[in-house]
Amino acid sequence: MADSTATPVHGPELLHHFSTAQQQRDAASLGMWLFLGTEIMFFGGMFLAYLIYRLLYFNEFAAGSRSLDIWLGTINTIVLICSSLTVALGVRAAQMGKRKLLVILLLLTLIFGLAFLGIKGVEWYAKYKEHHIPGMSFDAGDLIRDYPQIHIDPAHEQIYFSLYFAMTGLHALHMIIGVGMFTYLLYHSMKGRYGPEYYTPIEMGGLYWHFVDVVWIYLFPLLYLIDRKPLG
Amino acid sequence: MFDNLPLWPARASTGAGNVDALYIFLLLLSGFMCLAIFSMIVVFALRYRRQHGHEAEQIEGSTALEITWSVVPLGIFLVIFAWGAFIFFQERTPPRDASEIYVVAKQWMWKLEHVEGQREINELHVPVGRDVKMIMTSQDVIHSFYIPAFRIKQDVLPGRYTTAWFRATKPGVYHLFCAEYCGSQHSGMIGQIVVMEPAQYEAWLSGGSSSGSLASNGESIFQQLGCVTCHRSDTQGRGPNLAGIFGKPVQLEDGLTVVADENYVRESILSPSAKVVKGFKPIMPVFQGLVSEEQLTELVAYVKSLSAAPTAGTKVRESKVQ
Amino acid sequence: MATAVITPERENYLNQEYGIKSWLLTVDHKRIALLYLVSITFFFFIGGFFALLIRLELLTPAGDLVQADTYNKLFTMHGQVMIFFFLIPSIPAVLGNFLVPLMIGAKDLAFPRLNLLSWYLYIIAGALMLHCICTGGVDTGWTFYTPFSTAFSNTKVVEAGVAIFIAGFSSILTGLNFVVTIHRMRAPGMTWDRLPLFIWAHYATSVIQLLGTPVLAITLLLVVFERVFHLGIFDPTRGGDPLLFQHLFWFYSHPAVYIMILPAMAVESEVIACFTRKRIFGYKFVAMSSIAIAVFGFLVWAHHMFVAGISLYSALIFSALSYLVAVPSAIKVFNWTATMYKGSITFTTPMLYAFGFIGLFTMGGLTGLFLAALGIDVHVTDTYFVIAHFHYIMVGGAVMGYLGGLHFWWPKISGRMYPEWLGKFAALIVFLGFNLTFFPQFILGYMGMPRRYWQYPPEFQVLNVLSTAGSTILAVGYVLPMVYFLWSMRYGKPATENPWNAAGLEWKTSSPPPTFNFDQPPVVDFEAYDYEHIPEVEEVPVG
Repeated sequence: MADSTATPVHGPELLHHFSTAQQQRDAASLGMWLFLGTEIMFFGGMFLAYLIYRLLYFNEFAAGSRSLDIWLGTINTIVLICSSLTVALGVRAAQMGKRKLLVILLLLTLIFGLAFLGIKGVEWYAKYKEHHIPGMSFDAGDLIRDYPQIHIDPAHEQIYFSLYFAMTGLHALHMIIGVGMFTYLLYHSMKGRYGPEYYTPIEMGGLYWHFVDVVWIYLFPLLYLIDRKPLG
Repeated sequence: MFDNLPLWPARASTGAGNVDALYIFLLLLSGFMCLAIFSMIVVFALRYRRQHGHEAEQIEGSTALEITWSVVPLGIFLVIFAWGAFIFFQERTPPRDASEIYVVAKQWMWKLEHVEGQREINELHVPVGRDVKMIMTSQDVIHSFYIPAFRIKQDVLPGRYTTAWFRATKPGVYHLFCAEYCGSQHSGMIGQIVVMEPAQYEAWLSGGSSSGSLASNGESIFQQLGCVTCHRSDTQGRGPNLAGIFGKPVQLEDGLTVVADENYVRESILSPSAKVVKGFKPIMPVFQGLVSEEQLTELVAYVKSLSAAPTAGTKVRESKVQ
Repeated sequence: MATAVITPERENYLNQEYGIKSWLLTVDHKRIALLYLVSITFFFFIGGFFALLIRLELLTPAGDLVQADTYNKLFTMHGQVMIFFFLIPSIPAVLGNFLVPLMIGAKDLAFPRLNLLSWYLYIIAGALMLHCICTGGVDTGWTFYTPFSTAFSNTKVVEAGVAIFIAGFSSILTGLNFVVTIHRMRAPGMTWDRLPLFIWAHYATSVIQLLGTPVLAITLLLVVFERVFHLGIFDPTRGGDPLLFQHLFWFYSHPAVYIMILPAMAVESEVIACFTRKRIFGYKFVAMSSIAIAVFGFLVWAHHMFVAGISLYSALIFSALSYLVAVPSAIKVFNWTATMYKGSITFTTPMLYAFGFIGLFTMGGLTGLFLAALGIDVHVTDTYFVIAHFHYIMVGGAVMGYLGGLHFWWPKISGRMYPEWLGKFAALIVFLGFNLTFFPQFILGYMGMPRRYWQYPPEFQVLNVLSTAGSTILAVGYVLPMVYFLWSMRYGKPATENPWNAAGLEWKTSSPPPTFNFDQPPVVDFEAYDYEHIPEVEEVPVG
């Protein structure tokens, strides 16, 4: 009844309670930014714990960091940055109405995302083999042997790996959610749902993806690059 | 006031009066504020209740008033803050020559040890007029050492020492409560503080069965565990000479400086490599799990006694620390 | 094209659709508000039942009614249920949900489906919490202090933690929805300085929900991990620091106090304006004080930890900052009082609750000054003084605000009037019962009775008996409104569009409102609390 005066100039994407498509887009965008703000606070609690224990137990953190595979970490960083590029280009493609290109770029993003998760899985498996998973017959004996120059307390080493798994684990969980989101977006772009007049979901998905990427950009140096100079 | 309805806690320490003074000030201030606000509300409510033909007068507000009732309360608040902080400062700075009581809390019991060697459970005897400092730690969860009559409370944490102090002023028996929830028998983790006249206290002290002073017990543990082989009383040891170090700054291997307090000694026993003294190697074995909390307090008391001013009963050693 | 024929029962959000599905799948903010109303009332009575058992146990010094372990579970679950399942969602999720779109002239919240999702998250969390309660419960205290919760308690800590974790996301989504709605969905002409103070306070609340709750979420997650995998992050025997937990926990849980009290302040601003028939004195200062509370509220968390083992200097800083946050609260009380000056005051039920709110909140706030003073906090923290203080804020403040608001907007929500004399009677009972319950606890606290005690020294008994007596009166006061609200849904006098003759957009649509809130999209060309231009009606709204 209330909508009877509105002429249906908009597509079915305009939800009943918005008056214009612009208003809907602004709302979605603000909502996503706020959500990312909460995500920063969420990761922030862990970054705080990381900061405190890294100051307290620097030796153990350095040793744990050295035991990570720096090459896999670097490759993963590159993979994620590439995926952010394809996402950004994808948003552009949607705005320009290049539907085929959009599908290709989303597909590429998905592949990069899955590649990241795969490599992460390989790294975790290596840690499992080395008994570096906290709470599962954790053993820092190899690190104590490898770095006789510095003192390593196994309990403190476990705190490093606890934070490593908590942080990369939650990051990976966000990646998995992102992959799910992009599968949805891919499906709908294959059906040609997005174009210059309606690309909000692609934009929002992109924001989320960039955020998860940025988190990794912080995690990589914090976890992998603590102290890589040769021990004297 | 009434036997079965006391409305004010006993006041039995030097600090209690200070807390009460601020409390009474705040009671008066709050009472005045409540009275002012409530009477204003009552007066307005009656005076301006709805009447026919009488309309409300629209008033936008007044910046001057707003600033007044922001700044004036803030000023009063800052006075309260300073006063409260002053009391807190006194509560947190034990006098240097306070006699020490080591407290180990566990679910659900207080174990208290006098430096002279008396051990008590859920009961603490102290003389009137002496500064007493508690050095406290917990064997399991967080507890809180609370004596309402002295107005002091301090959480007791596992893995570190916290301190509290008081000087009792009135003989009597007072409550000791655990104030931080610690499990099933939290409310059973109570005891009593027995404040005695000095003469009575001396009698109690000599009457009780003492198993040697804390420091001397600590010394025998120091021998048993072989600490003495490295921490020799000359400069030839593989570990630093411990004489005279307590309470002094210590240069560390990584260039930092820490003060050798109870927590530092404790950490150095349990996790020696965390803060290695400059010029030494991190070769000391870890004693985490090998010494009980009680043994640890005795060791700390012993290390402390090595720095004590020369008095009867403590060994005097030459200080090597610059 | 409002050509609808006037019929006795015009179409509204309640009668537009029927059936269970039309409720469980609704995206209408008003229906979701009612879903919340029912669910939080349920949890309120569960939490209240625990409270009564606690009070009954404390009738005698010996622990004789329940076992010590049972008692510990009772106060733990009383706290968790009341805070996370009643107080935090109470005003925002019920009244806020119902009123935010109405007050700013929107058809709905910005994300209606997200709104429904947040209710479902709440229900999942609530079901998990209920399951936890029914299968053994949890005994850590609502504060989950480590290492007790991670290494010593042998109750269902993980389940309770996960339940609260999920409830947290429900709260985040509500806050997010409000912020976006207030920014993007205001009707033409509804500028920021025309917003009702209800909206300002909800905006501030939402910001806290958005920034604080995720920290609680990660903290609880770490507790769960720690408990399951023994990581050592909060465990001193493994090199962890239990104080880190307390910092993280209070970083959320102190601002959470403002999540509970700001919306109650929101309600009082509306009620006081309406029943004094005046614009709120110092509108801008009251609005800004809400924002100030939200900002300063994040800077004072460690005042819960003065005796926990933090350094002397951090204690000094947090004490000083705590006094700063008291200023905006004081500003509000002074402005409400000033609003009554030269007003035209009617004593309706909501107004009685507003009087009660100001009185009890003032007392709660003033005792907060005691607790922020370091020297006194050492003595009274973790005693009944703290219990009394925060109950004055949360029950005396937040619950009074909630009940007052429910009465005020009940005609809008249900389309019916509640029985006014019963309402006044219940308000009186609540006020008296509340004071009898909690005032003696201030004295008990200064006497030194620690909180969370199952048995206590006999000299504390008389005051405890008074408190228990008060709690039974309070219980009657809480059951009464539920009974007559239910009664009024069927037998109450039908409400007009604007039974209080109040200002505000929500009163410019029918009671109950239609699904999309307004027949014509409203255009706002008046200020908030425009009582100057609302003629007084001859008939006083209620007898």
